[in-house]
Amino acid sequence: MLVKEYLKDLSLPAFGESIIGKFDNNLTKNARKNHDPIGERIKVSGKVMDEDGRPLRNVLIEIWQANSAGRYIHKEEIHDAPLDPNFLGAGRMLTDNEGKYMFYTIKPGAYPWGNHFNAWRPNHIHFSVMGHQIGHRLVTQMYFPGDPLFEFDPIFQSVPVHARELLIAKFRMDWTDPEFALAYEFNIILNGKSKTPFE
Amino acid sequence: MMKKLRQTPSQTIGPFFAYSLTAEQYGYNFNSIVNGSLTDDTAEGKKIFIKGNIFDGDGNAIHDAMIELWQADANGNYQNHFSSNNFKGFGRLGTGTTSDKSFTFKTIKPGSVANHAPHINVIIFMRGSLHALHTRIYFDDEQNEEDTLYNSVDAERRKTLIAIRNEEDGKVMYHFDIYMQGENETVFFEI
Repeated sequence: MLVKEYLKDLSLPAFGESIIGKFDNNLTKNARKNHDPIGERIKVSGKVMDEDGRPLRNVLIEIWQANSAGRYIHKEEIHDAPLDPNFLGAGRMLTDNEGKYMFYTIKPGAYPWGNHFNAWRPNHIHFSVMGHQIGHRLVTQMYFPGDPLFEFDPIFQSVPVHARELLIAKFRMDWTDPEFALAYEFNIILNGKSKTPFE
Repeated sequence: MMKKLRQTPSQTIGPFFAYSLTAEQYGYNFNSIVNGSLTDDTAEGKKIFIKGNIFDGDGNAIHDAMIELWQADANGNYQNHFSSNNFKGFGRLGTGTTSDKSFTFKTIKPGSVANHAPHINVIIFMRGSLHALHTRIYFDDEQNEEDTLYNSVDAERRKTLIAIRNEEDGKVMYHFDIYMQGENETVFFEI
């Protein structure tokens, strides 16, 4: 297709380490005021790769999420759950030379969102990913394994059945920080040419 | 041949991205690495502003969309290394901080790149969309007919890609509205 020929190879800007602050990838610290945020501390890490499994370095990953009570700090949020003065819920980092990234955060809570009666979102973290080509610009959501809300959530269900597993992080006991934080693995595959079919 | 890995599916950006992706614009206590200025005042080229709205199918301005611009500099070169350069070429705004839900970017009029007329790449995310939407801004005072991509669009729909030049308070302001649906639906490109 003509359009693809013109656009698919357009590079996106490459960001350098200098834009990332010391605690940008640690959501348990980057809004800390007087003590650590409440909730279950976790580590979310993984690799960004192309469809051939080649690691993509210097990819900008930005995340946002609800706090452990299922409350977003966003001003339009109306769910009656407490804010946490020590938690913002935003973070970012760049992948390293092996395509790897890692965040410390608090496991987000589920929350009702008013889409239909008693509609609850499964626990999730929003990801914005900016790779090297314009087709590498991805916004998605990461879910946690075994969430009982999957079958009730139209946003999760908007992904074709065969591709849903790609949005669910894997629990990695072997990646935990012993006595400190449980670990989840979430790998991201970028490719502008073979998008998941939606229709 | 090795089996290809499957691409991570896209999901909606949802309504709550602002405190991470456009935090400073919305007044959250988290610094932003990109914003509505693609340039500072010292960069070479003609300083312009790009202003517009994103409209839904009922003609209402969408208040929780995010729009990104990516363009070449005045000489037609992309600044591929984003840093503290005076010209960055990449910008990002949400549509939720002005009373009329408009966005206004400050930039430099791009030069033409290879065989393309001067243009700006646009990426849009919004709650109502499952994936990124891609379009382009061309300018009403350029020779767009010489641009192959522009010409590949149906003639009657090309106008949805054209920003209209105005002068406001001595500033050069190009107006570019985006229509998600309806009679004037913007041309979106498949990447």
